[in-house]
Amino acid sequence: MRNFFATRLGTWTGFAAAALVLFGLAPLVLSGFRLGLLAQFTCYAIVAVGIGLAWGRGGMLTLGQGVFFGMGAYLMAMHLKMADAEFRNGPGAVPDFMELAGIRELPAYWAPFSSPVFTIAAILVLPTAFAVVLGLAVFKRRVKGAYFAILSQALAGAFAILLIGQQSLGGFNGLSRFRYFFGYNLDDPVNQQMLYFIAAGVLLVVVAIALQLRRSRYGELLVAVRDAEERVRFLGYDAANIKVVAYATAALFASVAGAIFVPVVGIISPASIGIVPSIMFILGVAIGGRASLVGPVVGALAVAWAQTALSEQFPSAWTYAQGLLFILVIALLPGGIASVAALTKRFQRTPAPVEAAA
Amino acid sequence: MLICKNIEVDFDGFKAVNGVDLTLDRGEVHFLIGPNGAGKTTLVDAVTGLAKYSGSVVKDGEELRGKKVHHIARKGIGRTFQTATVFEDLTVAQNLDIAAGAGRSPWALLRRRKHLPANVVETMDRIGLGKEADTPAGILAHGQKQWLEIGMLLVGDADVLLLDEPIAGMGHEERDTTGRLLHDIAADRAVAVVEHDMDFMRAFADRVTVLHAGAVLASGSVDEVSGDPRVQAVYLGTATDEKEPADAATA
Repeated sequence: MRNFFATRLGTWTGFAAAALVLFGLAPLVLSGFRLGLLAQFTCYAIVAVGIGLAWGRGGMLTLGQGVFFGMGAYLMAMHLKMADAEFRNGPGAVPDFMELAGIRELPAYWAPFSSPVFTIAAILVLPTAFAVVLGLAVFKRRVKGAYFAILSQALAGAFAILLIGQQSLGGFNGLSRFRYFFGYNLDDPVNQQMLYFIAAGVLLVVVAIALQLRRSRYGELLVAVRDAEERVRFLGYDAANIKVVAYATAALFASVAGAIFVPVVGIISPASIGIVPSIMFILGVAIGGRASLVGPVVGALAVAWAQTALSEQFPSAWTYAQGLLFILVIALLPGGIASVAALTKRFQRTPAPVEAAA
Repeated sequence: MLICKNIEVDFDGFKAVNGVDLTLDRGEVHFLIGPNGAGKTTLVDAVTGLAKYSGSVVKDGEELRGKKVHHIARKGIGRTFQTATVFEDLTVAQNLDIAAGAGRSPWALLRRRKHLPANVVETMDRIGLGKEADTPAGILAHGQKQWLEIGMLLVGDADVLLLDEPIAGMGHEERDTTGRLLHDIAADRAVAVVEHDMDFMRAFADRVTVLHAGAVLASGSVDEVSGDPRVQAVYLGTATDEKEPADAATA
């Protein structure tokens, strides 16, 4: 089965099946509310694909993806707030939350975000560029392992605190109550479904990019850096550059996910991008299987779904269930859900040579 | 082709290498021997850019001191480690393909490998792993990993090879195969071997340099060095064919 999905036909079959489920089956069987939840979970899955690349293949434990997710989300939210204000009060209008906070003049850094093109470019470029600069600074100095993980987590915490202090970005409450998404009314169920389709489409694209990176020579090189960085350096490669590419790609994915998350969920606040959400991103990837292609997607969807389902039933129990799940996976199934298939295969294979001999 | 002059490596006041001169020539298998702590591996670390040093290392007229590890590697200086370091999750072919590709463009890297480069296929046969192309390097036998590591330097076009205990943990047959391989590849390269095994040294060395306490004690052919009374006193007299216990621990 594994071999089949490694072939060109198998790859297309896999993508076709995924598209059929995401675009055909899901809208058919899920209510509008559930589909909205799935759109939200899909955003987490997009982040997870990036983490799978940086952590699973590249060995960089990115405990602070909330930073890039938050950047994309806030950049998109700023545009939506600007567009709403301009729709109501004409060009240069101040978004509603600023009026309430007593800010009469539009801060200069908000102005460019009235342009949709600028906003989309910023979502694609700014977090990625930040990741490149940060990655070069960190990896050239050979910071890795736990030090890198702590550094990225601290960054997520600091970013959330920084945002809480910014009244012109909504402070603790963040940005919410968006009415239009590039001219489409967000209260309209048809447009909500469109947002889900965008999220699902982006997920497929992101998985395709990750697949290409894995199968390319770069993907092999990334695994080589993960397993023996020094050896790679002594073969004449600058290992830092190799890591930066995966790190920046993960940042880009997280940023795009954040940007889609905003119109889907309708609010972005520091609470959705700090340390705890960053760990949630990692959790899904670990449970799904960080080194596999589909594992992070499955894990992110499963964890988010379990969180919603369980916290509907037992509001206080989810945190414990989550901790337990994490411990069980790390202790019993370090390769995540994705490794189950390989494990069963191994059990089946063990008696095979005996049969062959007989 | 590689000329080291007055190399000094200082670890917080302790001179691990203290004024070593060393010349490696094309066509020679040059053994570096000496008791534990003589500075053999540190010297290799210095030449390959891992350890800071004073003095000068010149290859083909170019000074290498102060260059970064991967820049020195691209100048054609390859090294192996005491414990064979290969990419365990990747296959033999993938290991060699990576080693062959340090000069690839980003565009080439982002695409799938269509077929193995010719020098990879050729090298796989040369190091005796022609049938193991798709075997994960992690499950190779210990000796095969060492050969793979040497093969990785060959496909990377290294013409100065610094091998740190390449036969550690090998059986007799594997040692002989390795020795012949070293002579074979030394035909158009300079090969330096850090080794403890005296039998292996006697059988395959073209030239021997004995290090002791960070300095060169003697240098010359096997006979010249073996006959040197100072060498006998510090090294050959005390340690014979025994391998270090540390090797077994790291292997």
